[in-house]
Order: sequence, then structure tokens, then C-alpha cells
Amino acid sequence: MGTARWVARVLCVVVPAAFLGVFFLYPVGTILVRGLGADGLDRLLGLPGRASFRGVVWFTVWQATVSTLLTVVVALPGAHLLARRRFRGRALFRAATTVPFVLPTVVVGGAFLALFDRFDLVDGPLRATRTVWAILAAHVFFNVAVVLRTVGSFWEGLDHRPEEQARVLGATPWQAFRWVTLPRLWPSIAAASSIVFLFCFTSFGVILILGGPTRATLETEVWRHAVFRGDLASATALAVVQFVAVLAMVVVVNRLQRRRAVGQRPVRRKVPRAGARLLVGNLGLLGAVLGLPVAVLVERSLAADGGWSLRNYAALADRINLLPVSAVGALRNSLLFAIVATGLAVVVGGLASLVVVHGRQAASRAFDLGMMLPLGASAVTLGFGMLIALDEPPLDLRSSRWLVPVAHALVGVPFVMRTVVPTLRSIDRRLREAAATLGASPARVRREVDLPIAARALAVGAGFSFAVSLGEFGATSFLPRNPDRLTAPLALFRLLGTPGETLRGQAMALAVVLMVLTAASVLAIEGWGRRGSVRGDL
Amino acid sequence: MVRVRSSAFGSVILVLVALVGAACGGTDPTSSVPLSSGVGSAEPLPTGPVTLVTHDSFWVSEETLAAFTAETGIEVVLRTAGDTGQMVSTAILTAGDPIGDVMFGVDNTFLQRALDADLFESYRSPALVDVPTALQLDPSHRVTPIDFGDVCVNYWIDRFNDGHPAPSTLVDLADPAYADQLVVQNPETSSPGLAFLLATIAEFGDGWEDYWTALRDNGVVVTSGWEDAYYGEFVSGGGDRPIVVSYASSPPAEVIYADPPVDTPPTGVVTDTCFRQVEFAGILAGTTNRLAAEMLVDFLLSPIFQEDIPLSMFVFPALSTAILPPAFMDFVELADDPHVLDPADIEANRNIWTERWTEIVLR
Repeated sequence: MGTARWVARVLCVVVPAAFLGVFFLYPVGTILVRGLGADGLDRLLGLPGRASFRGVVWFTVWQATVSTLLTVVVALPGAHLLARRRFRGRALFRAATTVPFVLPTVVVGGAFLALFDRFDLVDGPLRATRTVWAILAAHVFFNVAVVLRTVGSFWEGLDHRPEEQARVLGATPWQAFRWVTLPRLWPSIAAASSIVFLFCFTSFGVILILGGPTRATLETEVWRHAVFRGDLASATALAVVQFVAVLAMVVVVNRLQRRRAVGQRPVRRKVPRAGARLLVGNLGLLGAVLGLPVAVLVERSLAADGGWSLRNYAALADRINLLPVSAVGALRNSLLFAIVATGLAVVVGGLASLVVVHGRQAASRAFDLGMMLPLGASAVTLGFGMLIALDEPPLDLRSSRWLVPVAHALVGVPFVMRTVVPTLRSIDRRLREAAATLGASPARVRREVDLPIAARALAVGAGFSFAVSLGEFGATSFLPRNPDRLTAPLALFRLLGTPGETLRGQAMALAVVLMVLTAASVLAIEGWGRRGSVRGDL
Repeated sequence: MVRVRSSAFGSVILVLVALVGAACGGTDPTSSVPLSSGVGSAEPLPTGPVTLVTHDSFWVSEETLAAFTAETGIEVVLRTAGDTGQMVSTAILTAGDPIGDVMFGVDNTFLQRALDADLFESYRSPALVDVPTALQLDPSHRVTPIDFGDVCVNYWIDRFNDGHPAPSTLVDLADPAYADQLVVQNPETSSPGLAFLLATIAEFGDGWEDYWTALRDNGVVVTSGWEDAYYGEFVSGGGDRPIVVSYASSPPAEVIYADPPVDTPPTGVVTDTCFRQVEFAGILAGTTNRLAAEMLVDFLLSPIFQEDIPLSMFVFPALSTAILPPAFMDFVELADDPHVLDPADIEANRNIWTERWTEIVLR
């Protein structure tokens, strides 16, 4: 018994640590050492003196901060709706709002350009094309789901009685929210914001396509130097700056989050029906932000033959000359990768969450921090690092089919953890003490108290991780692959790489199928997670 | 088809490559010592698969690579690693310990960088006798030309007429008659963008900076990549601008992938603006399967491969005896006298040129 527990503990630590170490720290460390050795250290020291560098850093931080704030503001009402109200189509609403998350940036970029065109924002005083506003709008579009779901699922588990007490004592709804709910929501808002910030900080396609050629972030600069200028030293210097910035940011957020964590215990009550105003307001806001670009995509996917038809969809099953597999084949590849990546992310992220919440302080901090890092590393750094580090037996994985799902899982793990950790942490200690007093062993407490509550968070994290994998483009494109294992986002990019209306129509149809598939899989994953929590309901 | 059979075999094949390579070459597969490059040395006939590293745009018909296997008994394993720039960068990182035996797709804008990094072993294919010498840019045959294509200014035919003819020269593009009509790509982030900048440098020499100042004053729009230029700003994708930097092969693609079908392309090419891009194959230094690699390079220059690439990759075969498919011939205009620059010049100056370009056009 004692040995088994000891083994379990060790596994909890070793599995995530090994995963992160072998597939992230070692490759990234190797490429950084190589780059810094090749003159990169001099470049690094010279960077702060260069005005262009300071400009890039400033713009990177600025756009990420503003994008994050806007995303939180847009998503919070929706999170409230999801957490505190019931309405028809709630599950669908949750799944549908995840859709933007997987859309390849090329496609979204195109949809936004079309929207600007339609609303006459291409020229004149309200020009949106090639401005920072386009970047911010696209970042909100992509990331609303992160806040909506991370905060929403936390809020749902939050005791509603303090707010009701405040209301009884005469607080307005706004006051109750501002002084009672918001402070308790803080850990989840911090968790969600940190992820959104990291995504915007390392955003790549959105900046290139929508920002126009004059706007550069650290991420686009790393790529430009590494790939176009063949200047590994400068690329590495910039990658180090990005990495350190991400590290600092994660440390700060973790601090804040830790300080504000509050007790939570599931309280049963009848959830009120959503009022018409709340529902319409939310659907209107999110419909505008998320729905319009998606509507443009759907419209374009149906345009064929000079009219409307499903021909583009039918064509997805045929292999065209430009692609090694049909679009349907690419979708199947993506699904397979996503299943494996999600499995890895759930195991690694779940174990790491246990260490963060129940482990010793040093281990807890290290895991909390370390597992977030892959979100902040550029795709170039990770891709190149894997290529030069994992090249010798027993880790000769350079051409392995595991490499892509592993890279996807690295980005999925933080999502699992950011939803599971706040939830585990906020499980009311009294609940666990009560269980222990009644004679439950620590393992049993974990199984019967922690697990059911964590299951829903785990499912939300798994859904995200699945979506991330389905839509991932950057790191995938840097890893050597068998062309048969083309993923859907890569296929889409190839379809858009050659002129011709049929190709464009197919690309749009593929994007729509990718969206529907995401919504459906997220729905399924969460349905499964919910059943898990119902079984163990207290 | 030839590509790796089923997913389960992927890793097995890699192990086999290593083992067979070790057996054939008699060296430790993990060592990075390149094998002797002598042709016809006493190596036994290759049996194991040969790995072709290429860019994402590579594709040929299933039958083509199958023909190679049928002829030689050697299977071809494909590895793609991003676009040309990514492919060359990753190959440089793994120089001496390559992820394959042959690389296909390095072009003349990246060639010198690849050569400087000693990526390739010399090999002179017998098939080169039918390849124009103008394409053979490396005298020591570390790379072999396989195909070529032009990056040219394209225009939307309907937007022009007798009263307002389409532009016909680079100089026209700076004419106020074509104000606010041109869209180009940033040469720092796009391969056709770089090719177009090189075309202007080849045409105007030191005067290229003045030319670009004039283009800027004439309202040129710059995008980061080809997709956002062609599908975002150009008429073809619903944009407003009728002149775009694209490829000489874009008009045939507009016909072949038209919807609804059309008889003639909606776009034309300004042949005076074309920059020639040549794509090469080379045997990667450190290959453990040199003989099979040579056979593969020969095959890439064989009629069966050469006649397949026009419609699968929209480029011209390097082999002068290759027969071109009609659909391709009918709609493609090839410049008689395209702009060219020495790869060594390009590599030595590209960062200087693109930085100057950024100052002139974007600041």
C-alpha cells in the first residue's frame, strides 16, 4: 500500500517532468545554445541599444495587453450566461464559441478582409485594413473561447449564496458582481488572461496577414531572421528575449492567482432561466464578434458555379493534383493527431495539476511555471530545436509520426492545467476533511471528492487541447513529415497557395468542415466529462 | 502509390534506411562523415529506400514515383519540411546529419546559402546533356536543375481595354495611369516578393531605389505573403486591385481550377517583369545511400518525371526534350528574356537590399 502510493507520487512527478524535459526544455535549450554560440550572445547584448528592437518589443507587449483586456471584456457577460443561467442550446452555444479557436489564420485573415470590404472599411477615415484594429479584432475573435470557457466553468462551481446575501442586503446587481463575484472569479480570470496574453504575445499569422508589412512582433521577427535571412544568431537572440518575457509574465500571473485562490464547493440549486435581455445582448455581442467572420466563410464555401451549391463540399473527398491526400484524408489525419495529442495532454496535464495543487511547494511552483512555457515559445524555436536535439537513438524522432502530436500536446497541456488547477485548488477543504473524518483514506478522498469535481475541468481542458491540435499550423509546418500525413490546416494553406476559384471554394469548405468537426468533438468530449461528474455528484 | 506505405511502417523504414545505409556504406549511421563522392565506386547496388526531402509544394502523380520503384526496386520516402525557406534553414541546421538523401526544391534565391553551408555532395547526372546550360548555375554540379518558372506581374484582363491598356513594362507600373493598382509582397517575408525586387534590381541596377520610390508614390500596396496579395487585394479574390505580383503559371491555374469552367484565363502576364526561378535537386552530404540518391537525381531529370511536373507543380521542366501538356502550353506565356541575377550576388546582397527596400517603401 505504502509502496504503491509512493510509486504513484513519483509517477505524478516524473511523467510530466520527463515529457516537458525531453520534448521541450532539451530541444529548445539545444537550439538556444547553438544560436547563442554562433554569435547570438553578442546580438543579444546589442539588442537593447537598437531602436527597431525596442519598437518591436513595445508593439508586441502593447498589442497583447490590449487584445487580452478586450477579450476579457467581450467574454465575461457570456461566461456569466453560461455559468449562472440555463437556456435552450446552452451546450451548443459552448461548443460553437470554441469554433474560432481552430480556424487557420490564413482563412480568418481572409474572412476579416472580406468583412472590411463589405462594411467599406478598406479606405477612408474608418480604414481597418492593415491597421492595429484588425489585429485586435482578430485576437478577440480567436481567444474569446478561452475566457468564456475557463471562467465559465469556474464560475459555474462558485457558491452563489454570497451574491444573493449581498443582494438581500441591498446591493445592486452590478455592486454584487463588482464586490462579491469578481474577486472570487479572479483566479480563473487570471488563468484565462495569461493564456490569452501568451497567445497574442506569440501571435504570428494574424500579425502578418492583417497587420500589414510594417507591423512586427518578436515572433514574426524570430521567423523572419531564421527563415528568410538565414541569421540564426539574431533569431536566437530574439527568441531568448521572447522566452524570458514569457517566463516573467507567467511568474507574475501565478503569484496573483495563488494569492487570490478561494474556497469553492459545489452547491446545488435551481439555475434560473436566462432573461431575454441577457440572452439577446450576449448573442448579439458574440454573434457580431464571432459570427460575422464565420458567416463570411460559410457564404464563401457555398458559392460555386456562379450560384450556391454544396459542390465544394462534395469535392473534398476527391484528391486534387496539388495535394498528396484528399481534404477528407487530411481531416482524418488531423483527427488522429488530435486524439493522440489530447490523450497525452490530459495525462501529462492532469498529473502535473495534482503536483501543483498537492505537491511540495518547490515542485508545485516549478510545474506551475514550467508547463506554461510551451505556450510562449515560438514555433520556429520549438520546430528547429526538435530537429537538432532529437536526432540520436534512443530519441531519433526527427521523422517519427509521434513528433506532431507531441508538439501539439505541449501546447494542450497548459489548457488542461489552467482549467484543472484552479478547480482543484478551490475544492472546499472542509469537504475533504469531512470525508477524511468519516474514515476515507487520502486516496479515497482524491477519488471520491477531487476527481468528480476535477473531471469537468479536465473535460473542458481536453476539449481545448483537442481544438488546439486540430487548428495548429505553426509548429506542424516546421516539423519534417511524411506528406501523406498532411493535416487539415496545412492542406488548407496549400489550397490557397494556387490561383483558381475551385481551390478557393474547397479551402473554404474545408475550413467550415473543420469548424463543424471541432464543435462536434468538443460537444462530445464535454458530454463525456459531464457524465463523469454526474456519477460522482455529491 | 509509392509514398511510405502505411503509417505503421514509417519508423521501421527509417531504421531500415539506417541499417541498409550502414551496410552499404560501411560507416556508422550516426557518424556524420560524408561518403566518398566518387561515381561508380565499389559500392554494392542499393536496395533500401531513398528519402527525398522537399518543400510543401512538391507533388507529382502517384504513377511517377511508382515508375522509379518499378525500374530500380528502390522505394522513395518523402519528407516535407515547410516552404523553401524553411526547408533550407532546417537542412542547414542538420547539415552533415541530414534527414534524407536527396533534397529537391532549393531555388536560385536560396541556392548560395545552401552551397555556403556545404549541404550537397557533387554529382553530375548524365541527363544534364539535355538541360540548357543557362539553368546549370553551379559549375561544380553540387546541385542539378530540375525545373524553372517565372515570377511575373499578373493583371486582371477585364479591367483594361484599348483606351486603358494593360501595363507592358516595369516602367509602366510607376506611371500615374496605373496609380493605386499594383499589389506586391514584402521581399522580407515572401518568396515571390523577393523575386520581384530582384527583377527590378536586375533591370535598373543602381536605379532600383528610385524606381521603388516612384512605385511607392504611385500607391503600391505591400502584403506579407502571396495569399493575402492574390486573395486579399487582387481582383481574383474579391479585392480591388487589378495588378499583382504572382507567377507566369497563374493564368493556366485560373483556367484549370476555374469555377464555373472558362476557356481562357481571366488574367494575363506582363512578360517584361519576369524573374526566373530555377529549382534544383542535390544529394545531401552525409547520405548513407549515395548510389540510390544518384539514381533518384537521374530520375528527376527523366522524361517521365519531367513531363509530370508542369501540371502538378505548375513549373517548366528543365529537360529541353520534355513534352509539355497542352493545357499548360495554351495559357502560359514564358518570357523570352527573363531577369536573372547571380545566386552569389543575391546571397551577398539580399539583406542589404531588403533593408533598403523596407526604408524606401514601408517607412
